[in-house]
Amino acid sequence: MNVNANTLNEDEFFYGHKACAGCGGSLAVRIALKVLGKRAVAVLPAGCMSAVGFNFPQLCFANNAIISTFAGTASMLTGIEAGLRAKGITDFVAVGFAGDGGTADIGIQALSGAIDRDDNILYICYDNEAYMNTGVQKSSLTPFGAKTTTTPAGGNVRGNLRPKKNMFEIVAAHGIKYAATASIGYLPDYMKKVQHASEIKGTKYIHVIAPCPTGWGIAPDESVEIAKEAVDCGLWILAEYENGIFSVNTKPKNLSALRTHIKKQGRFKHLTDEDIDHIESLRDSKWENGGQ
Amino acid sequence: MKPYLRSIKAKWTLQDYPDNTTYEAGYLISKNAGWRSIRPVIDTKKCSGCLQCYLHCPDGVISKRDGAVAIDYDFCKGCGICKRICKLKAIEMEAESK
Ligand SMILES: Cc1ncc(C[n+]2csc(CCOP(=O)(O)OP(=O)(O)O)c2C)c(N)n1
Ligand code: SF4
Ligand code: SF4
Ligand code: SF4
Ligand SMILES: [Mg+2]
Repeated sequence: MNVNANTLNEDEFFYGHKACAGCGGSLAVRIALKVLGKRAVAVLPAGCMSAVGFNFPQLCFANNAIISTFAGTASMLTGIEAGLRAKGITDFVAVGFAGDGGTADIGIQALSGAIDRDDNILYICYDNEAYMNTGVQKSSLTPFGAKTTTTPAGGNVRGNLRPKKNMFEIVAAHGIKYAATASIGYLPDYMKKVQHASEIKGTKYIHVIAPCPTGWGIAPDESVEIAKEAVDCGLWILAEYENGIFSVNTKPKNLSALRTHIKKQGRFKHLTDEDIDHIESLRDSKWENGGQ
Repeated sequence: MKPYLRSIKAKWTLQDYPDNTTYEAGYLISKNAGWRSIRPVIDTKKCSGCLQCYLHCPDGVISKRDGAVAIDYDFCKGCGICKRICKLKAIEMEAESK
C-alpha cells in the first residue's frame, strides 16, 4: 500500500507530549506510529522521547507503550514479541524508538543480539546526534566538529574530533532482513520504509535523522528543513539494505550547499573553513564508495 | 483515537495511583498552549488542503477539516514548522496576546 498524507489515518498516537517546540524526534515517532496504527506496541528507552511522553499521569501514547532500560530497547522488544506470540496474538508490531546514544552506544549489544536471532521486531533509531535528554553530551553518532558539553569548542579543540559511526552499515553487516536510513525532511520516503518494514517478518532497522533545535542551535521552525538539507547536500544518505543488497535512494541535489547548511547550526558555529573542508572530504569519500 | 484531556483531580489519594507500573494510555491532564509566544493562523481561503502542514507538525495538532485544516490550540507549541512548510503561504504566525 502506498502511504501518504491523504491515506494516513487521522488517529494521533503521540499527542500532548512535552518535547521542545519543533522537536524532530517527536515527529519521527508520531509519523511512524501513524503508519503502524493502533496495534503497535512501542518500547522507548531512557531518552527524550520517553521523558517527554511519560510524565505520570500525563501519558501521551494512545497505543500500548512502555519505557525500557537505557540499554534494553531491543531485548524488551524481543520479550514483547515472544510474549504476545505465546498468547496467540499475531496482529501487532513490536516497535522500538531509541535515540542515537541508546542505539549506537549503550543499546548496541541488545540490538546486535536481536538481529542475530532475527527476532520479529522493528527498531527505529531517531538520531539527534547527541545525548539530548541529559543536556547534549557526545555519542558515537555525533558528527565531526559538533560542539557538545563533553566535546566543547575552545582554542585548542574545536568540538567533536571523531567521525560519526556508521550504524546503518554495522546493522547491515549482521545480514539483517531489512535496514534503511531516512530523514524527517523526507517524510514520504520515511513512511514508505516504515510501512515496508512492518510487512517483513524478522528484524528490521530504520535510522532516521531527526534534528533537535535545542541541541543543534537552530530555530524551532528549522528542524524539518535542516533534515532535508542534510540529504540534499550529501551529508546524510537515504539508503536501504534488503536481501543482502544495498541501494541508494537519492542522489544529492546540491553538494555545494554543505557550507551554508553547516553554518546555520549553532553547534558548528566555531568551525574554521579548514574544518568544513574536512567535513566535505568525509562526505566525498563516502560517495566515492558508492554511498556506503 | 488520540490522547485526550481528563478532568484534573484536585487531590490524588492512594487509591488513585495504580498498584503496578501500568496505567491508562493517552491520559492527558495538562495542555501545552502556554509554551507559545506566537500562534499559527490559517487563511482557509488560501489553503488548498494539501496536508503538508498536517504531515509535518511534530505535535500532531493539525487535522483535516472541510477541505482545509484546523489547529488544536490547546496543544500547539508555536514552533512555526507548519508556516514554513506551506507553499501557498496560507499560514501566518501572529503574536500571542497576553
Ligand atoms: C543506564 C543508564 N545510564 C544513563 C542514563 C541517563 N540517561 C537518560 S536519557 C540519556 C540520554 C539519551 O540519549 P539518546 O539515546 O541519544 O536519546 P535523546 O535523549 O537524545 O533523545 C541518559 C544518558 C540512564 N537513564 N540509564
Ligand atoms: S532536547 Fe531535542 S530531542 Fe529532546 S525534546 Fe527537545 S528538541 Fe526534542
Ligand atoms: S500546507 Fe498550507 S495549503 Fe497545505 S493544508 Fe496546510 S495550510 Fe493548507
Ligand atoms: S506551530 Fe508547530 S505545533 Fe503549532 S500547528 Fe504549527 S507545526 Fe504544529
Ligand atoms: Mg540523542
